[in-house]
Amino acid sequence: MAVVTAPCHHGREAPIHPAEASPTATQVPQRPATSAAIVRSRTNRVLLGVAGGLGERLGVDPVLVRVAFAVLALAGGAGLVLYLLAWAFSVEPDTEGAVRRPVRRPSPRQALALGMVVLGTLLLLRELGVWFGDQIVWPVALAAAGSAVIWARGDDRARWLPGNPIEALFTGRVGLIRILVGGLLVFSGLGLGFANTGPNLAAAGDALLGVAVTLIGLGLIFGPWATRLANQLAEERRGRIRSEARAEMAAHLHDSVLHTLALIQRADASPEVIGLARRQERELRAWLYRAPVPPEGRLRPAVEEIATRVEQRHNVPVDIVVVGDAPLDDAGRALVDACQEAAFNAARHSGAPLVSVYVEVEPDELTGFVRDEGKGFDPDQVPTDRRGIADSIRGRIRRHGGSVTIISSPGEGTEVQLRLPRGQG
Amino acid sequence: MIKVFLVDDHHFFLSGLRAELGAEFEIVGEAGEVDAAVDGIRRTRPDVVLLDVHLPGGGGRAVLEAVRRTDQEIRFLALSVSDAAEDVIGVIRAGARGYVTKTISPPDLAAAIRRVQGGDAVFSPRLAGFVLDAFHGDLTGVADPELDQLTAREREVLRHIARGFTYKEVARRLHLSVKTVETHVSSVLRKLQLSSRHELTRWASDRRLV
Repeated sequence: MAVVTAPCHHGREAPIHPAEASPTATQVPQRPATSAAIVRSRTNRVLLGVAGGLGERLGVDPVLVRVAFAVLALAGGAGLVLYLLAWAFSVEPDTEGAVRRPVRRPSPRQALALGMVVLGTLLLLRELGVWFGDQIVWPVALAAAGSAVIWARGDDRARWLPGNPIEALFTGRVGLIRILVGGLLVFSGLGLGFANTGPNLAAAGDALLGVAVTLIGLGLIFGPWATRLANQLAEERRGRIRSEARAEMAAHLHDSVLHTLALIQRADASPEVIGLARRQERELRAWLYRAPVPPEGRLRPAVEEIATRVEQRHNVPVDIVVVGDAPLDDAGRALVDACQEAAFNAARHSGAPLVSVYVEVEPDELTGFVRDEGKGFDPDQVPTDRRGIADSIRGRIRRHGGSVTIISSPGEGTEVQLRLPRGQG
Repeated sequence: MIKVFLVDDHHFFLSGLRAELGAEFEIVGEAGEVDAAVDGIRRTRPDVVLLDVHLPGGGGRAVLEAVRRTDQEIRFLALSVSDAAEDVIGVIRAGARGYVTKTISPPDLAAAIRRVQGGDAVFSPRLAGFVLDAFHGDLTGVADPELDQLTAREREVLRHIARGFTYKEVARRLHLSVKTVETHVSSVLRKLQLSSRHELTRWASDRRLV
């Protein structure tokens, strides 16, 4: 057996596209952009889902949209008319199980714009005389705005996350400021309202008035929290049911389907059928055991993908063993690409029934070994015009300060050994 | 002739095994669930039990634990469609002397049975990779360095197995005798079974992300 750092015999190489998408990568089905119509929300609805859908479309919290409709309703019922119009011009979402569209993140600027539109509409309607009277509309608008300030989800990401919304509310400076401003608005609105109507309610005692103000204020402050909590519980229950169903299906598939695929691979089937069974097994296994969302930018999944590509193109099984894991930096990418080229080469030329790829992450270097037990070659006999693959592998690795050793001799198989220092390039 | 007992709840697979191994080994019995397997193994006293990891009634682990309480000398080779770390490490720590997947070729399976019968360990490349991975990293909080750490030689042997070399090839490449390679692998197996490395179990279950 000869140990060389000389070129190998495998001749010219078809270009390889390491960046091509893995066929197993799950594509998120993208719903075709719905034209102008508002899609009513199924997941975020109180009445008909109009406010939820509108909020998702405008990029503001549905709570704000609801408040806007409610306030406008006071302007001679204009909000009610607008709500019904919006409902008439909106469409139902297509299917129950549809993948939820990525909701635009509510931004404070859009919320402010919505507030201005509502204020403008109010003033316009007031000029037109469609109005229930200053004593009612302004205090209610003020109190509603306060509630919205507390409950609208702004740009702070933390409150999107599952967890106790009350807890999330009180954490952070923004949360505290929200509560103070919102509470102030709520109670000043209520105070104003009762002061205006005070003379009419003279019969009622001051104490009763105080209790009423407090109760309504608390309702405005905590009401949205209660509905949000209920929504969250329902969402959690749905999630649990989904994951239970998935586990049950996984157990069934594991037992019956993987066994069938294993049987096919042991049987005297044609190489094509065996290759097919092997690919199916790999895909099923990936689905069963991998994280629901495959971690992006890690070395391990990138190496494991080599097997899928080589098997797809050459129908030669590839055994992959990875020890350790690291972020997929430039050096890691170079190692993966070089291993893949070596594996393609082995699958195409060696005639071996199996290619083994081994990658280890060590503290200061990455190592990769690509081996076959095929026909091998004598490195001294390789004509210089056929050194493409070795040069391309060597070039990749050298650019990152690593080294390549190719061990082979006729009848002994081939092993390509790659070493790359970590944390460079 | 080596006496083999088959434990598997998949009848097709069982009859396939019987056909493949019948000529070379004496199949003394078979069972499809935990209790029947434990009874049958105790009654027939085989040399090697081929044990499916997923079984109704507690899994292959339950069979291992029950039999090994009374009969330490019966050897187990785990055979499974699963190559999830949790399953692999689980049965090895319960006492199996090797782990192969069901896609193994009949000659390789026969060789693995003989190896286990002879008292050696059977490590597939993947199992070797799992062990290297599990014993990877720092050693903070380790109770017994003797058991919780691989020697440089053991690590080197495992690396070669993980790269796809047979014991014979490993021996040739590292200039050792095959017997020495077997000794190293058996010693790794012992460490895997006895190590108190608490990360071992956690590591294995972390790898299963269903």
